[in-house]
Amino acid sequence: MRAVVTVTGIDRRGVVAAVSSFLAEKRVNIEEITQTILGGRFAMMMVVDTSEIQEEFSLLAVEAAALGDRIEMNIRLQHADIFEAMHTV
Amino acid sequence: MLNSSQILETIEMVEREHLDIRTVTMGISLLSCIRENAQKTAEAVYDRVMKKAEDLVSVTLALSREYGIPIVNKRVSVTPVSLITASFPEESAEVGLALDRAAKELGIDFLGGYSALVHKGTADYEAAFLKTIPAVLAETERICSSVNVGSTRSGINIDAVRMMGELIKETANLTADRGGIGCCKLVVFCNAVEDNPFMAGAFHGVGEADTVINVGVSGPGVVQHALAACPEADLTEAAEVIKRTAFKITRAGQLIAREAALRLGARFGIVDLSLAPTPMRGDSVAHILEELGLSVVGCHGTTAALALLNDAVKKGGVMASSRVGGLSGAFIPVSEDIGMIESAENGQITLEKLEAMTCVCSVGLDMIAIPGDTPAETIAAIIADEAAIGMVNNKTTAVRVIPVPGKGVGEEVRFGGLLGRAPILPVHGGDASKFIGRGGLIPAPIHSFKN
Repeated sequence: MRAVVTVTGIDRRGVVAAVSSFLAEKRVNIEEITQTILGGRFAMMMVVDTSEIQEEFSLLAVEAAALGDRIEMNIRLQHADIFEAMHTV
Repeated sequence: MLNSSQILETIEMVEREHLDIRTVTMGISLLSCIRENAQKTAEAVYDRVMKKAEDLVSVTLALSREYGIPIVNKRVSVTPVSLITASFPEESAEVGLALDRAAKELGIDFLGGYSALVHKGTADYEAAFLKTIPAVLAETERICSSVNVGSTRSGINIDAVRMMGELIKETANLTADRGGIGCCKLVVFCNAVEDNPFMAGAFHGVGEADTVINVGVSGPGVVQHALAACPEADLTEAAEVIKRTAFKITRAGQLIAREAALRLGARFGIVDLSLAPTPMRGDSVAHILEELGLSVVGCHGTTAALALLNDAVKKGGVMASSRVGGLSGAFIPVSEDIGMIESAENGQITLEKLEAMTCVCSVGLDMIAIPGDTPAETIAAIIADEAAIGMVNNKTTAVRVIPVPGKGVGEEVRFGGLLGRAPILPVHGGDASKFIGRGGLIPAPIHSFKN
């Protein structure tokens, strides 16, 4: 299943490392990454494949948000269909 | 192919502009629950609702987490209860209480369908059922009731209208300690729809499948934000912006509706593409109208702006969903919309203007607090006016007014939560009791004869 990870917040060291190790540990494969810093604001988007995850996707989304709380960033893991549905005819 | 600006736009809509799925409502037929007495019927109804909606809350929670979009309310609508209790109508409350117990145990917000359809005539069992409504609304927390008193095809049942005026007063008095809150759960319709997912008017029509999922989307804040980005657009362009925004919102609803139906083993019913406000700032239909160029909602031009909004929402939504239904358009509840509340507080919007607005919005006079000493006949006359608008214009109209016990014009009532607060609006002091007292049926309009 394709999903989208978005990470936003004040730029700091180790964000990419923390997020990608979390995803690797959860057997999520990163297919695409874009990342920018705009006026000190960090924004990263990833398209990922979650077909090999060992737990329910909804729980993984909760854990991703919890990781965000720990590293003081906003992390969302969402099913890609919501974006496809809203922006394509 | 996803691009980052689209991803960010969706996230922005949810986090800053209050985009949400307002309700996932499971419609459940109760026709198979009719037994020989009230007690056995109540047991069968309780068991069926508990079984069918067992996973409603957990599935919607999972969907909300997976798609990253809030699902605010989880609700159930059932077959109009008057049909289930026709053999023992005086004991209908037993079924109402069983439904309330089920709603509490399931953890859902509201359960709608303590209802009767009396648009062409009131059967004896229906008259007896209607009399049980005030006590049931006073004794239960989550039960909602609706009564259909008219339709374009059949006319308006003024005997039922008169009775509803009395029942609304009685409901207010039985819940006087809470500002007459029982009336927030009671709506009187003309042209009621069978697949409405929104409360208080949701019920599961007899023409529906056994179990269906109907979803109501919302997002007034998203529409307001989109309009704010084009302050110089002419009204044709503004309508296009609303259409495009409604399309995106509805697509989110369609996705959730299909997925919820699949996981809950129910049919996908409809998506109701209504703009439903909440008392939160940034979630107001009134502010969309002001964004279009009105200094305050209620001024001249409000009806035209609302007509534009309502139509553009429908056009965008229809394209986005395989099945659209319910009420679909813009809601204008006074107590549930911060823009409406403020306009009413400042005396800028009147009952008469609200009535005019209901000619072009998707429903009717909604969540309006009126003086507690308003006579039952005057409330009935308000219902009759509103039903006439629905009947003649081939649209759903509704009345949900609260005659707040012990309060008058200039005072305010607070219900809290999504029900909000409302200043008491004045009603006309003239007397329509002779007109209402005549009773009978207002015949259907000439354009109803289409066969």
